[in-house]
Amino acid sequence: MNLQENYQAFKTIVIKEFLRFIRIWIQTVLPPVVTTALYFVIFGELIGSQLAPIDGYSYMDYIVPGLILMAVITHSYANVVSSFYMAKFQKSIEELLVSPVPNHIILLGYISGGVSRGFIVGFIVALVARYFSDFHIHSYWITFGIVFLTAILFSLAGFINAIYANSFDDISIIPTFVLTPLTYLGGIFYSISMLPEFWQKVSLINPILYMVNSFRYGLLGISDTNMTHALLIIFSFIIVLYSFAMHLLNIGKGIKN
Amino acid sequence: MKALSIKKLEKVYKNNFPALKGVDLEVEEGDFFALLGSNGAGKSTTIGIISGLVNKTAGQVRIFDTDIDTDPAKAKSYLGLVPQEFNFNQFEPLIEILINQAGYYGINRKLAYQRAEQYLRQLELWDKRHEMARELSGGMKRRLMIARALVHNPRLLILDEPTAGVDIEIRRSMWTFLTELNRQGVTIILTTHYLEEAESLCKNIAIIDHGITIEHSNMHKLLSQLDRETIILYLQNSLQHLPAEFANYDIRLADTDTIEADIKAPLTMNKLFSLFNAHNIEIKGMRNKSNRLEHLFMCLLEKNRNNTALLETIQQTHAETEQL
Repeated sequence: MNLQENYQAFKTIVIKEFLRFIRIWIQTVLPPVVTTALYFVIFGELIGSQLAPIDGYSYMDYIVPGLILMAVITHSYANVVSSFYMAKFQKSIEELLVSPVPNHIILLGYISGGVSRGFIVGFIVALVARYFSDFHIHSYWITFGIVFLTAILFSLAGFINAIYANSFDDISIIPTFVLTPLTYLGGIFYSISMLPEFWQKVSLINPILYMVNSFRYGLLGISDTNMTHALLIIFSFIIVLYSFAMHLLNIGKGIKN
Repeated sequence: MKALSIKKLEKVYKNNFPALKGVDLEVEEGDFFALLGSNGAGKSTTIGIISGLVNKTAGQVRIFDTDIDTDPAKAKSYLGLVPQEFNFNQFEPLIEILINQAGYYGINRKLAYQRAEQYLRQLELWDKRHEMARELSGGMKRRLMIARALVHNPRLLILDEPTAGVDIEIRRSMWTFLTELNRQGVTIILTTHYLEEAESLCKNIAIIDHGITIEHSNMHKLLSQLDRETIILYLQNSLQHLPAEFANYDIRLADTDTIEADIKAPLTMNKLFSLFNAHNIEIKGMRNKSNRLEHLFMCLLEKNRNNTALLETIQQTHAETEQL
């Protein structure tokens, strides 16, 4: 396939993925609006109003970046894992496998689907946040860059999960037992400087901490972590996960006999 | 030019099951080719390897002179596949399924829409184009898979039991459609358990059994090997006993209104009817007891299995002798 044909194939996968989650917007786009609004009301308004400011920001303002990025992480992951697993389950993945589409186009197409949903959900959550908080964007480049890279990273993770999944249970185990704990312990609701020294060091192992804090820097201009370290970690994860996902696609793991 | 060339194709699954033990196959461009075999013979595995859904263990596959290992994208671009099981997204409208499939082959959406319209109309699905695939009947789903396989105008179309579970009216309309497609130059490989379908549609044939090719021939030549054919004849008037002269041939009374005759040298159809005329036996109708290809298919399978059993016995005896 030439460049033009590859682009057409890529566009086809992206449109298909986009239409898929838009078609079921009640399941994919609406729930984060409700849950995030509840977070803002309970943690921001009711509990947050009783707490002292963190790094000069009210608790409500402080949790806004984390909640937006949590929605991006969850939804970019969920989009790819559910879409690719359903394609495996219904065998419609064979439509792609019998065609001449190169594997990297398949992977990029699915990642783009995840990134699209991550951005849309992130944007909607940000709109909800604007109702509760009067935040301003400190750096547009860092804010959008971190959302973009984080969505790519978790789309890749979702893709790998879907390749290994053999049942619907398998696509919910990682989000429930790995992703959610790491996200909640990734500094969404607190600064790690509030933790004892030992737990501060433990927290630094969590990659999500770097993403949340980088995004918080982009939005509010404050962070617990170094931006260079954060970018190095995010890029390293993306390279490793992309290479691994490509390897799995090339050997046909979970999709070929 | 060969549309498909397969040499010494082998596949051993992870559970060590050898599905293919050296399949050889050649299909000429423009052919309507039947790939037959009983369940588990290795037909679907062979098709899976050709289409890139199954990784082969050994052997070579070339589609229009393009090796599937060295240039898989080019090889795949020649191929359209109608698999045995429904494998489309049940929650997508028909038109999107076809446009997406065309897109995977690098076809732009405008042209893809035109092609989708063309094939959906030809297969009488155009009125259903905005419906979800899950809402279609079984026959419609089969036709949708044919339309999807054709949307990029492949030179080689492989159909894995396309008429399974389809009523006779739709089956016959599919036959007409496929014959016309083949007349336009598309090479077709068909697997089916309806042997009358293979006999009436296909020019050449291969039979696979237990992972090896046991027959690869022209349909006409193969059928001419048939040395015996059983005919059922319906009598105008009931008969209690056959005349004594009939005992010299393989002719028997199935019931008082039906005769079964094995047409085998020296008995010919002319001779058979001469006998009936000589004894004033009136025949009101006749038919073959079984499909000719079906009969031949069963004979070939039986022969192959007897040979395999004999070979295994010889090998076992040889091993036992060596142990002694």
